[in-house]
Amino acid sequence: MSASVSSLSPAILNLIEHLPALQVAIPMLGAAFVAMMRNGLLAWFVSLIISLLMPIIALFLLHETFVNGIVSYALGGWAPPVGIEYRVDVANAFVLVIVSVMAAITLPYARKVVALEIAEENRSWFYSMYLLCLCGLLGIAITGDAFNAFVFLEVSSLSTYAMIAMGRDRRALVAAYQYLIMGTIGATLYVVGVGLLYVMTGTLNFADMAVRLKEIEETRPILAALSFITVGLSLKIALFPLHKWLPNAYAYSPTMATVFLASTATKVAIYLLIRFVYTIYGPSLELVETSAVTVFVILSLAAMFIASFAACFQKNIERMLAFSSVAQIGYITLGISFAVKTGLTGGLVHLVNHAFMKGALFMCTGAMMMRLGNVKLQAVEGIGRTMPITMGLFVAAGLSLIGVPGTVGFVSKWYLALAAFETGQSWLAFAIMASSFIAVVYIGRIVEIAYFREPKGAALLAKDPPPSMILPMIILVVACFYFGIQADLTAKTAELAADAFLSSAQGTWGAVQ
Amino acid sequence: MRLDAILRIVTKMLIPFMLIFALYVHFHGDFSPGGGFQAGVVIAAAVVFHALVFGLYPTQKIVPPRLVTLMMPAGVIIYAGVGFLTLYLGENFLDYDVLSHNHHPEKPNYHAQERGVLWVEVGVLTTVAGTMISIFYAFAGRGKGEDKTK
Repeated sequence: MSASVSSLSPAILNLIEHLPALQVAIPMLGAAFVAMMRNGLLAWFVSLIISLLMPIIALFLLHETFVNGIVSYALGGWAPPVGIEYRVDVANAFVLVIVSVMAAITLPYARKVVALEIAEENRSWFYSMYLLCLCGLLGIAITGDAFNAFVFLEVSSLSTYAMIAMGRDRRALVAAYQYLIMGTIGATLYVVGVGLLYVMTGTLNFADMAVRLKEIEETRPILAALSFITVGLSLKIALFPLHKWLPNAYAYSPTMATVFLASTATKVAIYLLIRFVYTIYGPSLELVETSAVTVFVILSLAAMFIASFAACFQKNIERMLAFSSVAQIGYITLGISFAVKTGLTGGLVHLVNHAFMKGALFMCTGAMMMRLGNVKLQAVEGIGRTMPITMGLFVAAGLSLIGVPGTVGFVSKWYLALAAFETGQSWLAFAIMASSFIAVVYIGRIVEIAYFREPKGAALLAKDPPPSMILPMIILVVACFYFGIQADLTAKTAELAADAFLSSAQGTWGAVQ
Repeated sequence: MRLDAILRIVTKMLIPFMLIFALYVHFHGDFSPGGGFQAGVVIAAAVVFHALVFGLYPTQKIVPPRLVTLMMPAGVIIYAGVGFLTLYLGENFLDYDVLSHNHHPEKPNYHAQERGVLWVEVGVLTTVAGTMISIFYAFAGRGKGEDKTK
């Protein structure tokens, strides 16, 4: 224990020891209580309290990892390789902070949109699903056990399907069903991979698995497991050819679900993929030599270009942003595939940055949706004049999405470009720039429509949303610029997380106590 | 169905045994196949059986939909509650050892383990039974006016 921690009273000290369990158990218990409530407002309030508590726990854990390295928690008192272990290093804590901070920012925004979009008798169920989803996402990020990760993957996915199905109209049901099929296939492939690994190594504990994989030769079941897990998680990530479920799921789900999922859900799956590729397979396979990396580069490039092009042709802002999400995921996976520190840092810092900017953009779009009833391009004509704050924030977040210097988007792309030069693939740096220009096209199109056309119909009467919705947007947009100029906090933490992944690829993570 | 005395009487006689069998499956889960999940399904099957013979509405008078929807989260609360209890008593989340009256940190305590897992399984039983019955209500109540499961 560090000096700062040991000065606290024993009761608090005891609590700090149990933070990894509380991080997951509090939202789960909260979900059960919220499901029993009949009052939607009370359900929101309880969810808000829990969501505000989560970043505090996550930041404490991050601090602990800075001081002590790895935090290990034996669930149920069963010692690690046998029992379920919650194993937190800087990388886990980093993802925990992203998810919990986005949850805390989304909840104040949620009250008005949920009250508008979801029937009174379903509201507490909706918040219950949200808390379960939060529990699942935090669980995936915190656990050090492959099967436990699968369980949390299912917890988050099942609650996500329910949230999407509660969307505004019947198309939400189809979108949820589509995601259900794809998500189930993804989870199945993942668990097949884990099963193969279990047969070959006899363990489910990540750290133990990494050690034992090194001992057996590069056998075929091990490689098959890697491909099963990669494809299964890629479905969850919505990596380019497996992204079909994402645009509909984001476009037709309730606004709050879109905001929360767009900024957290795919990120957690990306974390799990990095954990497998670097920490578990890293020590035994030569990362850079594997053909998987080449495949990742190709798919990332395809995502960056094809999905960006697709975004340019959407007639609905939410679908456009959804396609842009697929493109942004391409940047993150590109960063991972470099397998050097700067590249991984770029990918990881883009996890945060993309959460900030997509969160802000979807929040602005949600506000327009609230005033106009839909966000088709004709509907938002001239909206820049009647909803100046919302549209102003949209443009600011859009600039960040493009990657204008001074915004967070630039920071991520800077790291990615550096990594491209570092690994001698300078053409990739130009590809990153070129795909950014496509973002100029689709964001610019919205700017043109919103500012240079006359408002008509509902757009004439529209006005900015109430402060409870504006404030979270402002926080996110300010974050987009603050961390774009003062990148120390996010980029340094991402660098430490990248270090943690890379050093775990050398086999240092697998020290089982 | 109303005139079929044999079916009705046999059903009434069987249902108590089904419920007791569910409890047997639950409590004997430590030594033989079974446990909370299976017991919950057996309980739900008893309710479904009643509904098949007597009709949906008489069953919903005995097991109201509101109770069923409360059972689903209540089970989770029981399960997580055991976890929080062990935390409160000063051990790791879900470390059952501490549930014993004479807990000793060094020695494993089989009685406490059994007690802990029994309560956790009560939670599982509650949630599973609630979910099964509410799925049945949702399907059986379809097309009969308002959705009573909400």
